[in-house]
Amino acid sequence: MLDDFFTRAILAGVGVALVAGPLGCFIVWRRLAYFGDTLSHSALLGVALALLFEVNITFAVFGVAAAVALSLLLLQKRATLSSDSLLGLLSHSSLALGLVVLAFMTWVRVDLMGFLFGDILAVSVTDIAIIYGGGVIILVVLVLIWRPLFAATVNTDLAEAEGLRPQRANVVFMLLMALVIAIAMKIVGVLLITALLIIPAATARRFARGPEQMAILAAVIGTAAVIAGLFGSLEWDTPSGPSIVVAALGLFLIGLLPVAGLLTRRKPQEAQNHEQ
Amino acid sequence: MLDQTQPLVTLENAGLNRGGRWLVRGIDLKVHRGEVVTLIGPNGAGKSTTAKIALGLEKPDEGAARRLGGLKIGYVPQKLSIDWTLPLTVNRFMSLTERVSSEKTHGALERVGIAHLAGTEVRHLSGGEFQRALLARAITRKPDLLVLDEPVQGVDFGGEIALYDLISEIRSTLGCGILMISHDLHVVMAGTDSVVCLNGHVCCQGHPRAVAESPEYRELFGGRAASTLAVYEHAHDHMHLPDGSVRHADGSVTEHCHPEDGHHEEPPTDEHDHAR
Repeated sequence: MLDDFFTRAILAGVGVALVAGPLGCFIVWRRLAYFGDTLSHSALLGVALALLFEVNITFAVFGVAAAVALSLLLLQKRATLSSDSLLGLLSHSSLALGLVVLAFMTWVRVDLMGFLFGDILAVSVTDIAIIYGGGVIILVVLVLIWRPLFAATVNTDLAEAEGLRPQRANVVFMLLMALVIAIAMKIVGVLLITALLIIPAATARRFARGPEQMAILAAVIGTAAVIAGLFGSLEWDTPSGPSIVVAALGLFLIGLLPVAGLLTRRKPQEAQNHEQ
Repeated sequence: MLDQTQPLVTLENAGLNRGGRWLVRGIDLKVHRGEVVTLIGPNGAGKSTTAKIALGLEKPDEGAARRLGGLKIGYVPQKLSIDWTLPLTVNRFMSLTERVSSEKTHGALERVGIAHLAGTEVRHLSGGEFQRALLARAITRKPDLLVLDEPVQGVDFGGEIALYDLISEIRSTLGCGILMISHDLHVVMAGTDSVVCLNGHVCCQGHPRAVAESPEYRELFGGRAASTLAVYEHAHDHMHLPDGSVRHADGSVTEHCHPEDGHHEEPPTDEHDHAR
């Protein structure tokens, strides 16, 4: 039953989920869901530009998402518009701009649905290499900036006063977000990337006793969602990207059940020891 | 080792201007090793702002702020909220900006009297317990300079005394300098080496013992040792108007309240000359 394309799909999906979980935790902690949406919507503009200038799509998406992230940082410092209006403006205008540019290029045939909702069954070996290469970079950098980034999430002033460099960690985090969007686009598509970042992290919250634990749990839950979603899509012939998100939602709902709550209540005493 | 005789932090005529308004101006301040300096003053007097300048979180627009090179700082900010999405136990919170051993963590928690809460999530702590946790976290790092922004907020009266005693004890055992913001006059008098009264600028500063021994002080505070309000009752010789200008006792209005401008009845001295 495991056709070759399906194995590739599982590998690719798991690779993305392992990275999306920990990054997603920071999005949940910092209330950046809408920000994640904005970055992922801008990915379509990246696709359009990649096709226009005939460059690698992943690199182009990363470039555009990074540019949007950094310009947001700058705009937030000086703009008169509120943060969420600014995000809405950038989010939808970059999505629309991407669609318009794509429509202009009558000479390229584009599978728009593939970009919007993902095309995981069509991943190539190169795609997998990019996902795992990018994924390793993201996780290594995340581990390196973990303490300042987490401290800044709790309180920026505190982190800065005690000699960490929260601003630098924030900028690096933005770049990691852009990178994860670039590698995740193929899996769930620009419209659903935020779901893959947020839902596993939100599910993990109920069971985690510490931030590091929550990050690992989110990666595991994301992986489970990818596998369940892909098998579901194979079984019932549903679109793969949305199926993964639906599976993640299913896990989230299961996590809300009272039975699942019992699991956490047993733990407090033993959990004390293996933190730090 | 840091130079023992140099002040840990020095503010020289420091001022911070935001949107054309001086939040604080003309602040002169020194904190030496083993010394407790307390900032008092009404709400909006710029106490937290002054602390932030001292910490290097805000760059003064006028004057200078200098910290000794390699200074290790422990900071208890005025506001810190941990929301539900963040799983954070007291134990993990101790290692927020720097990894500390579990013995040190336990020692610090024991010292502030909340060792039994090590495994509790921070958001479940009461106001008083949270302040203790903040203080414990700041001292686990063995800082050279401790900056405490209203360290006893939300603590009941008995606990307040205990915490202030603890702060004095920390000063003598760690030998660190402490810059503290406080509302409580009685404590300022008891455990402080130097008091700085702020109201957008330094109203007066000096040795609390000299102030406490003065007949004027006895007369004012004698029967009302716990009177927190008393500190605000001293007669300022000028008034800050809403637009940032200053009306002096002689009825004239100037843009700033610099002592040299001749509108003050007497220049601020090292004595608590307002307390009458």
